[in-house]
Amino acid sequence: MAHEPAGSAQSHHGEHPPYQRHHFESVEQQFDTTNFAMWLFLLTEVMFFGGLFMAYLLMRNWYYPAFVEASHQLNIGWGTANTAVLIISSFTMAMSVYSAEMKRRGALVMFLVITFILGLAFLGIKSIEYHEKWEKFHIPGIRYSTSAFTNPQSDPEVYKEYHDKPLPPDMASKTELYFFLYFAMTGMHALHMIIGIAILGFMIYKAKNGAYTTGHVTFVENFGLYWHFVDIIWIFLFPLLYLISRY
Amino acid sequence: MSAATVSTIVNLPDQSTARIPKMNFLTKENGLLSWLLTGDHKRIATLYMISITFFFFIGGALAGLIRLELLTPQTDLLAADTYNKVFTMHGVIMVFLFLVPSVPATIGNFVIPMMVGAKDLALPKINLLSWYLYMAAGIGMIYTMAAGGVDTGWTFTTPLSTHYLNTHVISTGLCIFIAGFSSIFTGLNFIVTIHKMRCPGMTWFRLPLFVWSNYAASILMVLGTPVLAITLVLIVLERTVGIGVFDPAKGGDPLLFQHLFWFYSHPAVYIMILPGMGVISEVVSTFSRKRVFGYTAVAFSSVAIAVFGFFVWAHHMFIMGISNYAALVFSLLTMLVAVPSAIKIFNWAFTLYKGSITFETPMLYAFGFMGLFTIGGLTGVFLGATGTDIHLTETYFIVAHFHFVMVGGMLMAFLSGIHFWWPKWTGRMYPEKVSQLAAVVTFIGFNFTFFPQFILGVLGMPRRYAAYPPEFQVLNVFSTAGASILGVGYLLPILYLTWSLKYGEIAGDNPWQATGLEWQTQSPPLTENFIEIPIMDHEAYDYEWLEAQQRKEVASV
Repeated sequence: MAHEPAGSAQSHHGEHPPYQRHHFESVEQQFDTTNFAMWLFLLTEVMFFGGLFMAYLLMRNWYYPAFVEASHQLNIGWGTANTAVLIISSFTMAMSVYSAEMKRRGALVMFLVITFILGLAFLGIKSIEYHEKWEKFHIPGIRYSTSAFTNPQSDPEVYKEYHDKPLPPDMASKTELYFFLYFAMTGMHALHMIIGIAILGFMIYKAKNGAYTTGHVTFVENFGLYWHFVDIIWIFLFPLLYLISRY
Repeated sequence: MSAATVSTIVNLPDQSTARIPKMNFLTKENGLLSWLLTGDHKRIATLYMISITFFFFIGGALAGLIRLELLTPQTDLLAADTYNKVFTMHGVIMVFLFLVPSVPATIGNFVIPMMVGAKDLALPKINLLSWYLYMAAGIGMIYTMAAGGVDTGWTFTTPLSTHYLNTHVISTGLCIFIAGFSSIFTGLNFIVTIHKMRCPGMTWFRLPLFVWSNYAASILMVLGTPVLAITLVLIVLERTVGIGVFDPAKGGDPLLFQHLFWFYSHPAVYIMILPGMGVISEVVSTFSRKRVFGYTAVAFSSVAIAVFGFFVWAHHMFIMGISNYAALVFSLLTMLVAVPSAIKIFNWAFTLYKGSITFETPMLYAFGFMGLFTIGGLTGVFLGATGTDIHLTETYFIVAHFHFVMVGGMLMAFLSGIHFWWPKWTGRMYPEKVSQLAAVVTFIGFNFTFFPQFILGVLGMPRRYAAYPPEFQVLNVFSTAGASILGVGYLLPILYLTWSLKYGEIAGDNPWQATGLEWQTQSPPLTENFIEIPIMDHEAYDYEWLEAQQRKEVASV
């Protein structure tokens, strides 16, 4: 548990700091409670993504050759770059929490802004990758072709990354399932990023006006947990989607 | 019944001088906005109670239509398609908009903070948000019904729901998604409150058993509901952009849908029944003047049900082509759930043993619960055994089993709890005689409605059809006749409870002589629940402590 600033710890007998909600006995209890609630919420998020991971692992097991080939079509360079972007953003988020605890408003705003920019950078890179899928006819259900998997030489872009023998047609059709899951999982992750970035924008606005540096860091702290969680989801997505089938 | 006239524990203040306290949570603020923006758990519980009653009567009207159609073997009242929609909407509304939120979001919301000695739930705004999400889902469901309804059955079986039907699967799916988050937030709030908001001296093993059972149900809500949410997202994506995860033509797997759906929906029946069991523990103890026998065992049996509840889902899938070995294991695990359920029933029975039993309405409903839930639970063993399940699962036997547990069990518990805490909620008593009549009418009507369905099921009448062979008509007429009695049983409480809001006797703080902390404060309670935070210096259900307390009060007066 993070330490409460000294100023708020001395409050008893009716002398509450303004941010203490009336139904809590103390600031410590309030902090503990909201923090615990945030962890529980993240637990529900784990179960939420769990359904998708379950589907992915099952399908990968069944249609292994299709999933290997389709996985090779992802751009590992951009994927690695995005992983780096997210990990750095987690660091800056941690620094934001630290700055809030140290009551440094300037540093807090700066780190929040960097986190915000890194979040946008992640989405930017993700959209480059999505665009690449569009050009390679890898958008399932909308713009999809299996011909590159049955006959790799027909498509130089695909062939460049091709790994093994051409796939028989029925197996090649399962690559579409891979891309379904790719878009569902990264899309759901991106949706969480968008929500996170929106909240970051709100926090930057509030922090500029002096919020979070008065000793009441709960919101920043709990948002930090959310941001790290979204990061961790990516830490699982990246190897499962990009790396696991490579070598 | 005659025992009811012999003895009673009801202890009301002198009606000529008693007044409802001027300052209470109902009168604190006035105006619609003070309700719509409230953070008070008791007001939110009241909002929930009004809204779930509304949806209960919509669901109940649909049930009435189903029973009327089944009065005759032909499809005469409703066309087959309409019938499919009616039973689907009945299921969806009753499961997601009534049963899941019934006891936790109304009674739980109202009493849990008081039971643990807190001023409010840990997260009042999230609590209000959960009600708004519930209402959004409810209004969405009404829109869906108005727009033409949905006819997949409440289970959304793929590929039926994704490929073969053109009804409003998407809007229904989104509504349930939203209702799911309402339920997640309620569960999350309860867990956090029970962990962090207990008053001094309130250890885990001094908590009333109602709190334990809601805690167990909350674990299920928090861990199970997100899985349903993502499953429904995948259904919606399959219908809109054609994602193939459940589509065998694209390499997907309809069985995966079943696994994910029942991973939530089996624990969901424990979400529905566990809080009801909590109500029964409170009521049985209060009306037999004894501490619940085997308190610790009953407390842990709730948690055990929650844990086992997560490992039995495939018993819904015995005829769907899962492997024999999986069926064997899940059958065994299903039998294991009978153990903690039986612990509860036996412990309630032992609580009654040599207790000073009185037969006020909540207790009558509780007796109804114990009998009907036991029948419902034991017929569950027929369905958990793979051999008989294959014969019975697509018949009316399963309809009867489910309704014995959910209507005979949960609804009885809900009504028991509503009557039990009504004096605390409103400060007034309901009229005892007519409500005892309602409890008996409900019990008789229920058995008339659903017992014939067990026989129909064993005889082989398939479920989900609007028409049936003529030889089943006699039992179906019984069932429909019973449903009309049951309907009266449900309308009566609405009438006399509303009446009692104005004309009921003044209840005083503790009309039942019950021990819970919620009874040690005024009725209706203050917005802050207690004048000062209580200190729990005795065990739960300690009637001797209560007597000593009352002697002290008399002495000091």
